Amino acid sequence: MTMRRDLLQIALFAAAVAVVAATARSGVVLNLAMMALYACLMAQSWNLLGGYGGQFSFGHALFFGTGAYAQAMAQLQGGINPWVALPLAIAAAAAVGLFFGALSFRYGLKGSYFALVTLAFAEVFRILALSVPFTGAGVGLMVPLKEGLAQMQFADRRGFVWIALALVTLGLLATAWLRHSRFGARLQAVRDNEDAARAVGVDPFRVKLGAIGLSAAFMGAAGALYVQVFQYIDPGIAYGPHTSVEALVAAIVGGLGTLWGPVLGALALHLLADATRSLFGGLPGINMIIYGGVLVAIVMFAPRGLMGLGQSVRSLWSRPGAAPQTREEPHG
Amino acid sequence: MASPLLRLQGVSRSFGGLAAVRDVSLDLPEGRLGALIGPNGAGKTTLFALMSGFLVPDAGRVEFAGADITGVPPHLNARRGMTRTFQIVQPFATQSVRENIAVGAHLHCVQRAQALAEAELVAQRVGLGPQLDKPAGELTVAGRKRLELARALATRPRLLLLDEVLAGLNPLEVAEMVPVVREIAAGGVTVLMIEHVMQAVMNLAAHVWVLAQGQLIAEGAPAEVTRDPHVVEAYLGHGTAQRLARMAQAS
Repeated sequence: MTMRRDLLQIALFAAAVAVVAATARSGVVLNLAMMALYACLMAQSWNLLGGYGGQFSFGHALFFGTGAYAQAMAQLQGGINPWVALPLAIAAAAAVGLFFGALSFRYGLKGSYFALVTLAFAEVFRILALSVPFTGAGVGLMVPLKEGLAQMQFADRRGFVWIALALVTLGLLATAWLRHSRFGARLQAVRDNEDAARAVGVDPFRVKLGAIGLSAAFMGAAGALYVQVFQYIDPGIAYGPHTSVEALVAAIVGGLGTLWGPVLGALALHLLADATRSLFGGLPGINMIIYGGVLVAIVMFAPRGLMGLGQSVRSLWSRPGAAPQTREEPHG
Repeated sequence: MASPLLRLQGVSRSFGGLAAVRDVSLDLPEGRLGALIGPNGAGKTTLFALMSGFLVPDAGRVEFAGADITGVPPHLNARRGMTRTFQIVQPFATQSVRENIAVGAHLHCVQRAQALAEAELVAQRVGLGPQLDKPAGELTVAGRKRLELARALATRPRLLLLDEVLAGLNPLEVAEMVPVVREIAAGGVTVLMIEHVMQAVMNLAAHVWVLAQGQLIAEGAPAEVTRDPHVVEAYLGHGTAQRLARMAQAS
């Protein structure tokens, strides 16, 4: 797959969503588009580090919350315009990502240990945010309502759809860059086999650090967007585990290490959650059961995600004789 | 004589109570094709790991091109021009052959297109040309060994450490691989190979070091070394050399 083809697909996607954003009349459609794009953004962020870097974080809320609090505090305590606050929030999240990434990767934490330590960092931040005054502690922070383009607050969802679309497109471009650059090649090499990568001159620490910084930046952008949309943040929303889980589930369901997997996964899960909620609204809880059941089915029958499902179906037709040739290697 | 490209001085490394490598010193001059042989468990692969920086020696010194590189991590050694392959092949299994080799080429090429083009050239050199777009995980053992070699070669090394690139190959595949290694050496790359296939060692190497139980027990031209009684005993057991000599006398 070439860079040109990736860019063409991204352009088509952005154009299609832009048409929806520009023409949709119904608030329901706009709200759905905004929430789906917001879920895409988080899944993309997770895919950059987890899918292309093989580092499975369970604490992406750490970056989400940092971006959210930075966005809120810059406006409330710094009196900064939200458009200026947004890059600051992204930078703050990236800085937190680089710091905790350096701590984890310096000591060679991998696999489940890395997952656990990121979970712990997010929890530490949740508790800190509950205890210090400048985050508003348990009460949280409320950004006052001041509608207008200059304040990045919009009467209907359309404005937010445009911002979310811009961020998702940036995420797609960052992913495409990973797929066709030296940095991305090195990152995937480290993911597949760290020792082999080191032997040919790749510094795994640096590569993983770059990936977590990039990933954290996008997650921070999602946090900042959340604050602009809902105008409120508290420690549970910011650093609670459900954000981390939402990001990783959508990325895994869609297909790790692919350009469109996170978008597909976030969209599918979002539609599923919406459908079950509206269908079984009268039976509280049953929507979660169905949602969980579908997740289990996807993990069982499409372990490489929705993107991998297409490939599996194709290979069913050509199964006889297509088994890869393998031989045991004598140990010597 | 000019200073050797690779020099080990009294290198040792233990794992718990096991002295895997003991007081090994060797000089490998630039442009030489050397081989490191020895029975299973002699410490050959450990010695490779100590040279390339995957392990840090407990004692001793490693020099590459005149610089002390003891304890320098492997990716920096690769940048200096020393690249190793792995006995148990380590492909980036989800990526194609071309992408695998390009990771090595990226050591010198910043541009993706340039690295991919160079990968193609290197693949042709080691006979992987027809399989460029195959996923590395689907290669045969012989293909994976070639891939190890190609990926290392793509870094444009001065010194190539080859850890059993012929192990697990059938005689036909060995016969195909030997000229590839010879050609690499003829192209000016200094090569040090760990090898069990003696036919290939005799064929390729100008100088052989024999490692047994972590210590160097002999070195020299391949023909000399294989006649050395210490070497015979290391491979075939204590007292064998004497028995063989008696049998030769008796006949």
